[in-house]
Amino acid sequence: MSEVRAEMVANVWKVVAAEGDAVGDGDTLVILESMKMEIPVLAEDSGTLTRLAVAEGDIVQEGDLIAVIE
Amino acid sequence: MLESVLVANRGEIARRVIATARRLGVRSIAVYSEADAELPYVREADTAVLIGPAQPASSYLNGPAVLAAAQQTGARAIHPGYGFLAENPAFAASVIAAGLTWIGPAPSAMEQMGDKINARNLMEAAGVPVSAGTRQPVADVAAALMAAADIGYPVMIKASAGGGGIGMSAAADPAQLAAGFETARSRAERFFGSPAILLERFVPRARHVEVQILGLANGQVLALGERDCSVQRRHQKVAEETPSPGVGPQLRARMLAAAVRAGETVGYLGAGTVEFLLDVEAGDFMFLEMNTRLQVEHPVTELVTGIDLVEQQFLIAAGDDVSFAAGQVAPIGHALELRVYAEDSKRFLPSPGTIAEWTEPTGPGVRVDAGYAAGNTVTPFYDPLLAKLCVHGADRAEALDRARAAVEAFRISGLKTNLEFHADLLASAEFASGDYDTSLVGRLRP
Repeated sequence: MSEVRAEMVANVWKVVAAEGDAVGDGDTLVILESMKMEIPVLAEDSGTLTRLAVAEGDIVQEGDLIAVIE
Repeated sequence: MLESVLVANRGEIARRVIATARRLGVRSIAVYSEADAELPYVREADTAVLIGPAQPASSYLNGPAVLAAAQQTGARAIHPGYGFLAENPAFAASVIAAGLTWIGPAPSAMEQMGDKINARNLMEAAGVPVSAGTRQPVADVAAALMAAADIGYPVMIKASAGGGGIGMSAAADPAQLAAGFETARSRAERFFGSPAILLERFVPRARHVEVQILGLANGQVLALGERDCSVQRRHQKVAEETPSPGVGPQLRARMLAAAVRAGETVGYLGAGTVEFLLDVEAGDFMFLEMNTRLQVEHPVTELVTGIDLVEQQFLIAAGDDVSFAAGQVAPIGHALELRVYAEDSKRFLPSPGTIAEWTEPTGPGVRVDAGYAAGNTVTPFYDPLLAKLCVHGADRAEALDRARAAVEAFRISGLKTNLEFHADLLASAEFASGDYDTSLVGRLRP
């Protein structure tokens, strides 16, 4: 199991993947926006996206859980 | 002179405009969002008005809220700074319609220059050099591929209504163009509200050199020298200097004359910047775009000319003469600006947070335009610029030495900054040589 967490305070701009998706290492899961910059959040493992903890428009803090891949 | 000015902006530029207003005895009014209540510029203004929540669309981009603040405080003029509403002709027109003074060019000039395709066509017709590129918006991938075959690869993909490097990308072949076109279109729509895309010839070894112009109340347009803005990451400027080490006297004379012609073509009033791309191999320059407002990096021009550009903006907006003799501008020495961003020094990723320590460097030739102080929180809602560290020296070597000492002395903790990157930049042989181009940062951070 791998957990994907936010690297910084940001706004969730776009949710690209959905729970249940098969994802590969390096796939874009969500796109964050902070300080006028888009920051893609990538899967760091291959597997099934079992949990997506954010929705578009959410504000995430550094370290917040974004997704779980199993 | 103006009686009062409302600054429709935030952070370092609001503070910078308020400083000149105070020096000249002009009443200053700040506007701020809920996220910015604690920032220095809010305290330093004579009056401050809360205009909305943190989201820019609800505050600094909310024209009616800004106008209401002006009416509530009896402000006589509005200075837009840069970004936000600064290049929005509809907002400028609403300011004028409300009977207030707009500190900027006529909305018609903003409109003509705001659309990059229109600006390119206008400049080409006026005899200002432009690069090979599309003369109308590129509708779809098929049209882009056809246009690129004509221009020749590599091509640059840009948002016509864009700015700040957002949505720009280079394409080396048709496959890259097809992929890049869709991304550029969606970003253009999202950031600038218009999906119009243009293509331009991509210049592999290029410098980004811009000219500061000032359109006077009597119609005359002056050029106050150039700024080299070739140190860029993600097509956004990180450091600027004047004079440009890549521009000799003859080329400078041609660029300044072209910038004056660009300003005259649109009847430009006030401070503006004409941006050119300098093809290092060919020794030639091309019009890129015009920024119809005060530029972020204006302090380097102020340092070498001794002219307060915000003061000139105030005077011109009031219909008065500028404070210096138009024919006698002689830049002295060399000036450098380093943009201190809230971002890490390796990957340049944003780093919002709370500032624990903030100690600015001081000393001969050092100027710091800062938006923040110790204890302030840097939020993710706005751009990452914390401060502009500017230095002036008798020559480039002295300016670089002073910059190195100033970077070393600047202490910021509590969040990540790019000060370490600036130390590396100033230590690099390529930057020190002056013979660098827009791909320098990529070589420093491969």
